[in-house]
Amino acid sequence: MRDARGQIRRLPGLRLWLSGGWLTFLVLAAVFAPLISPHDPLAQDLFAGRLPPVWEQGADPAYLLGTDSLGRDVLSRMLHGGRLALIVALVAGTLTCLIGASLGLIAGYYRGWADLVISRFIDIWMAFPPVLFAILLIAVIGTGLMSVIIAIVVIDWTRFARVVRAEAMSQGAMDYVASAQVAGRSRLGTALSEILPNVLPTIVALLTLEMGIAVIVEAILSFVNLSISTDQPTWGGMIAEGRTSIYQAWWVLVFPLFALFLTVLSFSQLGEGLKDHFDPVLR
Amino acid sequence: MPIVRALLTRLITTFITLFGAAVIVFVVIRVVPGNPIAMMLPPGATEADIDRLKTLYGLDKSILEQFLIWLGNVAQGDFGTSITLRQPVYDLVIGRLPATLELSIMALLIAVVLGGAAALTATLYRGSRVEGGIDVAGGIALSLPDFLWGLALILLFGVLWPLFHISGRISPSLGFDFSSNFFLFEAIARMRFDVVADLMGHMLMPALALAIPLAAIILQLLKQSLKECMHDDYITLARTKGYSESSIILRDALPNAILPTLTLIGVQFTFLIGGTVIIERLFSYEGLGNMAIDAVINRDLPLIQGIVLVFALLFTLVNLLVDMTYAALNPRLRHA
Repeated sequence: MRDARGQIRRLPGLRLWLSGGWLTFLVLAAVFAPLISPHDPLAQDLFAGRLPPVWEQGADPAYLLGTDSLGRDVLSRMLHGGRLALIVALVAGTLTCLIGASLGLIAGYYRGWADLVISRFIDIWMAFPPVLFAILLIAVIGTGLMSVIIAIVVIDWTRFARVVRAEAMSQGAMDYVASAQVAGRSRLGTALSEILPNVLPTIVALLTLEMGIAVIVEAILSFVNLSISTDQPTWGGMIAEGRTSIYQAWWVLVFPLFALFLTVLSFSQLGEGLKDHFDPVLR
Repeated sequence: MPIVRALLTRLITTFITLFGAAVIVFVVIRVVPGNPIAMMLPPGATEADIDRLKTLYGLDKSILEQFLIWLGNVAQGDFGTSITLRQPVYDLVIGRLPATLELSIMALLIAVVLGGAAALTATLYRGSRVEGGIDVAGGIALSLPDFLWGLALILLFGVLWPLFHISGRISPSLGFDFSSNFFLFEAIARMRFDVVADLMGHMLMPALALAIPLAAIILQLLKQSLKECMHDDYITLARTKGYSESSIILRDALPNAILPTLTLIGVQFTFLIGGTVIIERLFSYEGLGNMAIDAVINRDLPLIQGIVLVFALLFTLVNLLVDMTYAALNPRLRHA
């Protein structure tokens, strides 16, 4: 028992450092993508199609990670795809968090009819397969970066609302909330200055997890060709292309998949690590 | 009778949820830009042709009228006719549903076996490196969604080490004549084990992709409940009686620790069914989800409505079943 406890305490440090490290690297790569990309991510060269990465036979050293069937540079496309993935993660994650957490706070603290309406909507939302819901939304509102972000917010706000509602409810029943109200604080004031700070750690951990989910949803939407326009390189789009030519050119699939793996893993490990960090029992 | 009242309330909320789902499906789809009628007509169709088709599909009436007519038909099992496939939506959905159900149930079984075995092993070797290893594996399994596991499995067991099929539901060369759409159940019932093997070879990879994240969730919760149980008095008693550690865990701890995990499995099962949509696409598996994506891409409104509604029905039914099972299993609620 004691041994396992020690492991739990030692692990988060390493976990946070590794995932933080990859995400920092990703942010830098994304910011400087136009400067460090060896090629134009959209430039086609039909004579250089399906070149393997440099360490394989028949490679061209100009294309470090090889090229796809149209002769586009895999590395440059990955760097530019990372930009989009990060934009989606940050914007969609934050918006989902703001909307979902606000609704959850209202439902959990004010209760009454507000809770009734919000909870019923959460139930209805839970009755849809999220991926199908997202695809349907994109089909309705059209493709594009904005649409992807809207779709993520619309399908995923319940994730925050559910958790924050439950937390706000248990916090609202505590004595310190009652004493704040006895002291004459307004309802809104109590919600913002007493409840919110206590729910914030959960929200921050959820937000980090949500960013990873946003990256995945964007990849899934690009995979079924319903994300940002086909001109823009995305990891999901590269993966979809790589899936069709998997026996001829594995590198088109493997490298973006690996980047996606590390990114999603980092976001979720960061979220889990933060959750443990805020958890007074483990601390 | 509080239990009857609770059940009634639960049934009413289920009904409201389903009605809300129907409203949302209808509203979302009615704002689809792009005229479905235009896609069905040959070039050079006259105004009269367009009007005739609009009347045929009821698109000339008001939105509220359309909704009520649609709802009335759905209640009678009439989901309309698919625009692209020109067949009744009901037949199409019923034809594909068994494939998705078989895949989901297979995935659930794999998740329970994998997650359960891992939790029991970790409890048996608690505090050792084995437990640490299982924890790390579980953490990674949980961090990545089914979509990524599917891609990883395609690479590993489809390309690098081609052991399993990575697309389709059955090899067409088999030439086996099914009389139902529950291929796997039927092949088992008819004792055609070559067909069973082929079906399993196709189903295993997508099912495993769906199962891995759920297995990790089962592992974490069951392990935690088991560990809490291991401090209880009856465990100490069993130990003094000289039973081996593994039989104590299986016979004494597991029955006491399993209830929260069972509830969780029920809730998570709907997430797993939701995951089939993209996993079926990834593995070109001919189920409901794959058909749904095609329907969305082709803007086949009646078909989309039908499929989404069937998913919503499935989800709410599973949730209802879980709640009722929980009430039946939990003695505290039974006697409430």
